[in-house]
Amino acid sequence: MAKEATHLGKVKKGKDVMALNIIAYGFTGLMALLCLIPFLMIVAGSFSSETAITANGFSLLPQDFSLEAYRTVFREPIVVFRAYATTIVLTAVGTALGLLIQTMTAYVLSRRDFEWRNGFSFFFYFTTLFSGGLVPTFILYTQTLRLQDNYLALLLPLVFSVYNLLVMKSYISAIPDSLVESARIDGCGEVRTLFQIVLPLIQPALATVGLFIALAYWNDWYNAMLYIKSDTKYPLQYFLYQQVNNIESYKKLISNSAVNSAVVSSMSLPTQTLKMALTIVVTGPIILAFPMVQKYFVQGITIGAVKG
Amino acid sequence: MKGKNGSNTFLKKLRKYRIYLLMLAPAVIYTLVFAYYPMTGIVMAFKKYSYSGGIWGSPWNGLENFKFFFRSGQAGMVTRNTVLYNIAFILVGTFTQIAVAVFLTEIHGKKFRKISQSMMFLPYFISWVIVGVMAFNIFSSDYGFVNRLITSLGGEKIAFYTTPQAWPFILLFFNIWKGVGYGSVMYLAAIMGIDTSVYEAAEIDGANVFQRIFKVTIPMIMPTTIILLLMSVGGIFKGNFDMFYNLVGNNGLLYNYTDVIDTLAMRALISSNDFGMSAAIGLFQSVLCFVTVTIVNKLVGLYDKDYALF
Repeated sequence: MAKEATHLGKVKKGKDVMALNIIAYGFTGLMALLCLIPFLMIVAGSFSSETAITANGFSLLPQDFSLEAYRTVFREPIVVFRAYATTIVLTAVGTALGLLIQTMTAYVLSRRDFEWRNGFSFFFYFTTLFSGGLVPTFILYTQTLRLQDNYLALLLPLVFSVYNLLVMKSYISAIPDSLVESARIDGCGEVRTLFQIVLPLIQPALATVGLFIALAYWNDWYNAMLYIKSDTKYPLQYFLYQQVNNIESYKKLISNSAVNSAVVSSMSLPTQTLKMALTIVVTGPIILAFPMVQKYFVQGITIGAVKG
Repeated sequence: MKGKNGSNTFLKKLRKYRIYLLMLAPAVIYTLVFAYYPMTGIVMAFKKYSYSGGIWGSPWNGLENFKFFFRSGQAGMVTRNTVLYNIAFILVGTFTQIAVAVFLTEIHGKKFRKISQSMMFLPYFISWVIVGVMAFNIFSSDYGFVNRLITSLGGEKIAFYTTPQAWPFILLFFNIWKGVGYGSVMYLAAIMGIDTSVYEAAEIDGANVFQRIFKVTIPMIMPTTIILLLMSVGGIFKGNFDMFYNLVGNNGLLYNYTDVIDTLAMRALISSNDFGMSAAIGLFQSVLCFVTVTIVNKLVGLYDKDYALF
């Protein structure tokens, strides 16, 4: 949070303050820990040896420290890197394109001299109220547009969203009209006004909305599940989904048979720890980038929810 | 005359706004193709779909798709599950988010506050695929952390993945878990917006810290709470497909307790290739959603005009 809660700063230290402190620190600390523990478990699992996990199950600290799982992931690094490349390119292109479309639209919809802006606004808002649903969209992508197994089927669904449009619009609406008017009087065309006057003023909005779009692309597995058939085209999250679930169905199968331990030990490659290492490889960058981008998300949520 | 005049001014405006319209064009075309055109596809719900016939060439079959959906008893089950899950998510989620926001503002250690808030925000950034992995780590029968705890305490292992009754709690946990950091931001902002003089007055009147929370903070953030509550009620017929699919997957043993409208529609489409039935489920949901959102929006408008969408 940008603002600090200093308005609660000076309070007399009584018994009630002590009690509240204990509850506040205790509750917040517990919640924070609960949020962190599942992450710790994955990290710990990824650095454990397969035999230790099979024997004891997952824990909060690595058991019998081993890099075997990571070695296995990078036995065929091309597979992960291909998924990475797909996701990075998709995220970059999608975010750039999405920002461009959303900014132009939001700019026009916040221009007071545009008489049709309410009509167009409703045209967009209505799609949040009613939708054709899963099947018509599926048929549109697969049969009308024939985008099955095409990267466009991953790019298009996330490039524009009314929610992001609303966030963008509330930022742009905050720019004083006089500024745009004076640019107009100085002979500045619409396109130049947008790109040279408005755009520099809405950099926080570009960062916030850009990150919302980027996160949506980065975490998307749903569209890949619907439209992508060849495994070489999987984006990162769906790639992870596929790997994890193949390992899992295999695990379910053997855990139902009586001789499961024998079957597992006959496998030369780790399975559970492999899942963990793969998850870490897939999640790593977003977790590392997270401290830098958190404040933009906080801004976006506060603005978006008010007008969303 | 009047008509001619009208079209004249329309053409004039078209000319005047040409740059605006050009800038709007990508979004308008996109919305027409990907949002409005699929709306016509709801006719699928009344057809017996065949690949060769497509949307328009397939024969009509009246209400057959709906009859099947309702008579099989699935309609009632998935609707009940969807609504009950959402009610639990909304109530417990709101409570937790407010508690976190209130307590965070009461914490004076800046570092502690920053770090714990960041930790709570972390789950928001990961995909549900990864949450699915985490759930397996914790609840798997053989390797799960919970079963490890239970056995080390001398108890019997619980096979969570074959025990449907456990899943409402597991799903509730992860839903709260993923949304707490994100959701509390709104309430934090609301608390920050409270005039400090109110607190000073309360202090002069001799209010203790708990009275300050329950008599000042909570009542002051009520408007925000009510708006956010109403807005989430608007989505009460929408199941979070991402969550249910990644945590439960195709585990049929759990369906009685975990199947929601969205997962059933997806299975009808992907697994049984029953386009008509899936479209019927989708239309059923779209109509329910439209009605609730419209009602909720009216209520929001009655409560506070500024927040209503239209």
